[in-house]
Amino acid sequence: MTEPVLDVRGLTKSFGGLVASRNISLGLRPGEVHALIGPNGAGKSTLIKQIAGNLRPDSGRVHFDGRDVSDLSTAARARMGMGRTFQISSLAMEYTVLQNAVLGALGHRGDIFRFFNRAMRDSDLLEAAESALEQVGLEEFRSLRTSDLSHGQRRQLEIAVALTLSPKAFLMDEPMAGLGAEGSQRLVGFLDGLRHRAPILLIEHDMDAVFSLADRISVLVYGEIIASGSVEEIRSNADVRAAYLGEEAS
Amino acid sequence: MTRETVLNAGLMTLLLVVPLAAWTFDEPFLITLATRAVIFAIAGIGLNLALGFGGLVSFGHAAFFGLGGYAMGILAHHAQTYTALATWPVAIEGTKSMPVIWLMAIGAGALAALVIGALSLRTKGVYFIMITLAFGQMLYYFAISWSAYGGEDGLSIYVRNGFPGLNTMDPIQFFAICYALLLIVLLSVNRVAQSSFGMMLRAARQSEDRVQAVGQAPFRLYLTAFTISGAITGLAGALFADLNRFVSPTMLSWQTSGEIMIFVILGGVGRVFGPVAGAALFILLEHSLGGSSEYWHIYLGAILLGVVLFARGGLYGFLAGREQADD
Amino acid sequence: MSWILLAEQTLNGLQFGVMLFLMAAGLTLIFGVMGLINLAHGSLYMIGAFAAAGTAAATGSFLLALAASLAAAAIAGVVIEVTVIRRLYDRDHLDQVLATFALILILSEGTRWIFGSFPLFLEVPDYLSGTVTLPLGVEYSRYRLSLIVVGLLVALGLFWMIARTRVGIRIRAGENDREMIGALGVDISRLYTLVFALGAALAGLAGALIGAIQSVQVGMGEPVLILAFVVIVIGGIGSIKGAFIGALLIGLTDTLGRFLLPKLFSLFLEPSAASSVGASLASMSIYILMAGVLLVRPRGLFGGT
Ligand SMILES: Nc1ncnc2c1ncn2[C@@H]1O[C@H](COP(=O)(O)OP(=O)(O)O)[C@@H](O)[C@H]1O
Ligand SMILES: [Mg+2]
Repeated sequence: MTEPVLDVRGLTKSFGGLVASRNISLGLRPGEVHALIGPNGAGKSTLIKQIAGNLRPDSGRVHFDGRDVSDLSTAARARMGMGRTFQISSLAMEYTVLQNAVLGALGHRGDIFRFFNRAMRDSDLLEAAESALEQVGLEEFRSLRTSDLSHGQRRQLEIAVALTLSPKAFLMDEPMAGLGAEGSQRLVGFLDGLRHRAPILLIEHDMDAVFSLADRISVLVYGEIIASGSVEEIRSNADVRAAYLGEEAS
Repeated sequence: MTRETVLNAGLMTLLLVVPLAAWTFDEPFLITLATRAVIFAIAGIGLNLALGFGGLVSFGHAAFFGLGGYAMGILAHHAQTYTALATWPVAIEGTKSMPVIWLMAIGAGALAALVIGALSLRTKGVYFIMITLAFGQMLYYFAISWSAYGGEDGLSIYVRNGFPGLNTMDPIQFFAICYALLLIVLLSVNRVAQSSFGMMLRAARQSEDRVQAVGQAPFRLYLTAFTISGAITGLAGALFADLNRFVSPTMLSWQTSGEIMIFVILGGVGRVFGPVAGAALFILLEHSLGGSSEYWHIYLGAILLGVVLFARGGLYGFLAGREQADD
Repeated sequence: MSWILLAEQTLNGLQFGVMLFLMAAGLTLIFGVMGLINLAHGSLYMIGAFAAAGTAAATGSFLLALAASLAAAAIAGVVIEVTVIRRLYDRDHLDQVLATFALILILSEGTRWIFGSFPLFLEVPDYLSGTVTLPLGVEYSRYRLSLIVVGLLVALGLFWMIARTRVGIRIRAGENDREMIGALGVDISRLYTLVFALGAALAGLAGALIGAIQSVQVGMGEPVLILAFVVIVIGGIGSIKGAFIGALLIGLTDTLGRFLLPKLFSLFLEPSAASSVGASLASMSIYILMAGVLLVRPRGLFGGT
């Protein structure tokens, strides 16, 4: 059996009395899309933050690419290859689309303490950035200011920036939100191909997307994984239907 | 050419033409005013690097300005009294050479900014504002109580420090030196803003999450920016002290920090040439309003309030519109 | 070294700390509830002092002077809040700093315009002047002792108000969740004005009380304001308890530092060097204390994590 790229063991995190993550373990194997679903407030984003290093868990460890990264900073984990997209996009809003992509390439290359070069004239950076924009279909918007993009386009740009990092795993927090039916469908197609470059931990509310993409699904409710398995297993799981799919009824 | 470029060129030309005209018509006071504007502009450019590009609201830049001033004062004081500054562990003599003094001022500003920054940058937001303010006050009170260098009364020097081949006591020649330094600082900061470092730093101001997600740590960017910022403001302090041939704790006071901030705000936060416009406008206001009323701070306050509440981009935002993306 | 002198200096430190608390309490409340950093708080202190000095000169009554300081600072607070501060709540800290800095310029220069540049003096009334003899034979200024008592009473009142009264409950709710308090149907803008006025009144009172020890003049507020900032940074911004502990800590450190450090250095330096090194270090002691606290707790002693 292949080693998981990402291996989360026993993560627990409380905010005061609220347990946002209760002893969560999950893995991400090469080539797979592992979907994490659950109602709003279940603790999905909180889990991603702990994996990415923004939040320190109360207990539990995170292993990535064969290393225990629990004590590494967010930046260090990103450098190791965690490619993350945010639920609430956190792009450089005053920058152009291209500048945001270049920023990713620059961060990945790592030589940021250069003071007299021109980052936007650096052909390597531009090439990497343009290629990433092209892949997500944003190349025609390259000169637009990011704050002028639609929500869906910002999501795409988030993914493009993650692509410039050549990550070993993607962590995506609701990438379809705000895309609309057609956009979602395109993104599903894109992610389907992307999984062969790096596996994806996918948080998503769009059930059609989840069911068509995921190799595995874990269901998070009140900070706890109540079920984990293949699409078929989850579809037919009575607990899941009761706890989650019943409410969503879409 | 964008509107901003035109504005930059116009501004720099004006700042050159006014003192040259004053020189022709023998109005040394006007030259001194222009020199003040140029020096304030350099101080503002320093602050703008931290505040405008890095989003670091430092309310303690008087510390670096004043340290630059004291670097000049102390070195020149020892030179004119023929006393050694230090005899142990190495002998250090005073000096009246501007370039050496500038280097010391830059070094003092950078070192202080490195230390203050390393401590203050552990905090964020309003804590950072108050802590930088407090460190500024710390140096202020230290200067007041340190009687060896004049304490509250400050230090005077008899003759302006020297620059090879120039007569620095001639206002227009001293202006030329300051203007040349302003150009160097402007061009350098303009390059830094577009560099890898500048790009990442400006991104950190917009979204720290983004910078971390692309694998970089905001703290190191901030600390570097803060240090460079302190160095530039330190240089301005040395020039200011040389202009007045006097340095006192006032240069370290919180009002000075506030004024340096005003240069940046009036001109336009985060615009490379903004502080030049801001400093020039400040001097213009101070001179025109200060001349007609001793209560000019009321007007200054009202204008500042108006800019903050209703014209947030400052002069550059008003005249040049929002910043152009540079690709 | 005389123990009596040390006891007296300790009381001075306490008195200073308690007055700092009056300033810091308003600042930290305003920040905690409205998220506003208010540099003009020192101006309200100054307004209170001037109102008191003016009233005392006109009526000769110290109590009326204190009442006037409370009223003038509170009214000034309301006016400032309604005209300017209100527009700043959803602005970033930079805008708040700049706008309230602008207010300092306007208020300071405006006060100079009305009262002139010469310092005014506020006389301590007869019934509070002279000294009292405390246990162990410590002679201490009756007025300063009254300041300690008044300050502690105000602190107690404030703690009581926040813990027990309806306004206090709203203030605490506002600190935790602005939307929730809106949803509860509390008129937020009135609450904000009230909190601002309360903070202003406390600052004004402090200004009047201190005005009788020092002179009343333009620019008197800012040094105190900056110390109050140090206080709330140490205590943790938003925490009244932190402000109280921080204020006492700063008051004692500053006063005792000035008293003890020169003596300490005189043990191994010649007298003139000792007094100058001691004085320099004492003037920096509270900032060193602040840096130390922040190294261990970047959000202050009682600030959240
Ligand atoms: N920093 C925080 N402090 C306190 N509570 C938090 C914090 N972050 C998240 N929560 C709470 O934790 C729960 C899980 O939130 P989140 O992970 O965002 O849910 P999801 O992404 O599944 O919708 C929510 O109840 C949320 O209010
Ligand atoms: Mg979420």
